[in-house]
Amino acid sequence: MSTYLGMPTAPPGVGHLRGTQPFDIAARRALGNSQLRRNLANATSTIRARRAAVVGELPDWEALREAGRAIKAETMAHLDRYLEQLEEQVTARGGTVHWARDAIEANRLVTGLVTDAGAREVVKSKSITTDEIGLNEALAAAGITAHETDLAELIVQLGHDRPSHILVPAIHRNRAEIRDIFLREMPGADPGLTDAPADLTAAARTHLRQRFLAARVGISGANFAVAETGTLGVVESEGNGRMCLTLPETLITVMGIEKVIPRWQDLEVFLQLLPRSSTGERMNPYTTLWTGVTPGDGPQRFHLVLLDNGRTAALADQVGRQALHCIRCSACLNVCPVYERTGGHAYGSVYPGPIGAVLSPQLTGVEENASLPYASSLCGACYQACPVKIDIPSLLVHLRARHVEERRQRRVPSPESVTMAAAAWVMASPGRYAAAQRAGQAGRVLGRDGRIRRLPPPLSAWTSARDAPVPPPETFRDWWRRERGTAQ
Amino acid sequence: MRIALFVTCLADTLFPGVGKATTALLERLGHDVTFPQAQTCCGQMHVNTGYLQQALPLVRRYVEVFEDCEVIVAPSGSCTGSVRHQHAMVARRYGDEALARRAEAVAARTYELSELLTDVLGVEDVGAYYPHRVTYHPTCHSLRLLGVGDRPLRLLRRVAGLDLAVLPDAETCCGFGGTFAVKNPDVSTAMLADKMRSVLATGAEVCTAGDSSCLMHIGGGLSRLRAGPRTVHLAEILGSTRDQP
Repeated sequence: MSTYLGMPTAPPGVGHLRGTQPFDIAARRALGNSQLRRNLANATSTIRARRAAVVGELPDWEALREAGRAIKAETMAHLDRYLEQLEEQVTARGGTVHWARDAIEANRLVTGLVTDAGAREVVKSKSITTDEIGLNEALAAAGITAHETDLAELIVQLGHDRPSHILVPAIHRNRAEIRDIFLREMPGADPGLTDAPADLTAAARTHLRQRFLAARVGISGANFAVAETGTLGVVESEGNGRMCLTLPETLITVMGIEKVIPRWQDLEVFLQLLPRSSTGERMNPYTTLWTGVTPGDGPQRFHLVLLDNGRTAALADQVGRQALHCIRCSACLNVCPVYERTGGHAYGSVYPGPIGAVLSPQLTGVEENASLPYASSLCGACYQACPVKIDIPSLLVHLRARHVEERRQRRVPSPESVTMAAAAWVMASPGRYAAAQRAGQAGRVLGRDGRIRRLPPPLSAWTSARDAPVPPPETFRDWWRRERGTAQ
Repeated sequence: MRIALFVTCLADTLFPGVGKATTALLERLGHDVTFPQAQTCCGQMHVNTGYLQQALPLVRRYVEVFEDCEVIVAPSGSCTGSVRHQHAMVARRYGDEALARRAEAVAARTYELSELLTDVLGVEDVGAYYPHRVTYHPTCHSLRLLGVGDRPLRLLRRVAGLDLAVLPDAETCCGFGGTFAVKNPDVSTAMLADKMRSVLATGAEVCTAGDSSCLMHIGGGLSRLRAGPRTVHLAEILGSTRDQP
């Protein structure tokens, strides 16, 4: 058994890493929403096809994936060194680096920086990390209004909703729903607004333009931070991110510590992997890179907040730390048969889908997100799609094992652990195993017309929707013994 | 060749026809089939549900039972996947490096049925006869964990009388997932509904696959709805002949 030195530090009640219900319960409600099911099936199948096409045209895709995996593994092995190098380089180029242990510390830091800049409003872009820590709520509590400027984030914010996808936060909404949200929530929206994409985009542009021009503080996330040069990078499709990053006087970037990459040249790998995996594009429309402060050009004050919030706890788990390799492309969500049917809200965290199921429990502590490692059929589609080859199925099994091991330290065993222990005891001996098989054949009395329609709990969960097979009159080993004797 | 059959606990207990068909098929091709009777279960259910420590004695048993066998075959992609990708990992997790090495050696000689036939025995036409319209579901573990590719399809295409129908969205999981089916029954059922829709769209009377577990799930759903098609393991199709259907 392993010992985990890092303690998850994302505190309960702050940020959005935990749901109010276990996954299976939340998923049941989501599955009943036919509009959601249709929206998700349409959106994920479109992105899947696009990704498959652009990945297929690269002959060296597998080599790129391996390069991405290797860079990330090496970074994690020396994370302390690269982070200090990053701090040194950012500082040398006129930026200020802050370290935040958890969500509370990060929120306090950012709120203080905004207040110091004398701003009551901020524009935000590309920051699921700030959503992780609940920054908007913290800013609101300090009387500061945050305007989300990425189109999908804007839709989510105006709809008083939660993001349900890493890359496409409003994937659960269709055009008609978006029009209704704009008409209801956007000041001065044209009552004749249609649900044509161009009209919706034009309405959002008009709404956002005033905010960009007025904002004195911008808040962003980062896709990459290059330790060697102190350069931060954001990739996006809309250009709204670039407005956020260039127009305000003060820029505050909140970044998880795992986003650092060692060298400038490493961008070559990730700038190929990311757009093809995420939006299914050969190249994303906007790539913004900035290094410290340039007098007379862009923000004149730059703050970088480096966030832990449970990441060093994941790093301490030598198997689990792979989850920190994630570059947030969301390819695993789009290929996941579970995500496609439940959507992101059922996972209860800003990080949904397969990667969320292995990341969120590590950031909060497995006990606090115990249903997530089980929210997968282990089909392996995520592993196949991951651009940095995170073995998500193995990580899920590892976290299930951690959950079982942590629970075993409790005094009262769960019904499941008793069943599993009994099954293992039976299977460990051919004699007990054959006896159990014979006992199981008593189940034949439940059969009607060759099938069983109802079994007692917990197997009732099986027969709620599926017939069960009737045990045959003779097991294979009994047949073998009868036909061939006890010799092998 | 002398081939040891790892029948798997599920086929042994609930689907003995799969073991009998595998035996008949390999003997028909001129091989000796043995059945080491001390075998029980690969431990996959325990591992995939998080009970790795309980799986450790099962890993040890599998290694001890099959260690002296030249070639081992299992009519299951997921059990073969567990032997190949989980056994050594479980042993290492509990510090038994010696067992891990032995497990790796046995795993290297353990084959899923379609792998054994095409790669080891070098045969695609097994002389089978099966006059039905059949669609093939590639189970996730055979497809992505083992990478069996089109081996099962190559075998099915050579079966006399068989009318092979292409399954739409074939590579999507059926929703079984072991204890996933009872821990997340609603999601599992939602996935099953889509898989059944694909099966029905083919007009096939039989849906086949290399795993009894996934077939139990798909077949259980089809049976509950009286949808029509039935599920039959790949071994049973390849084991069928004109004389012994």
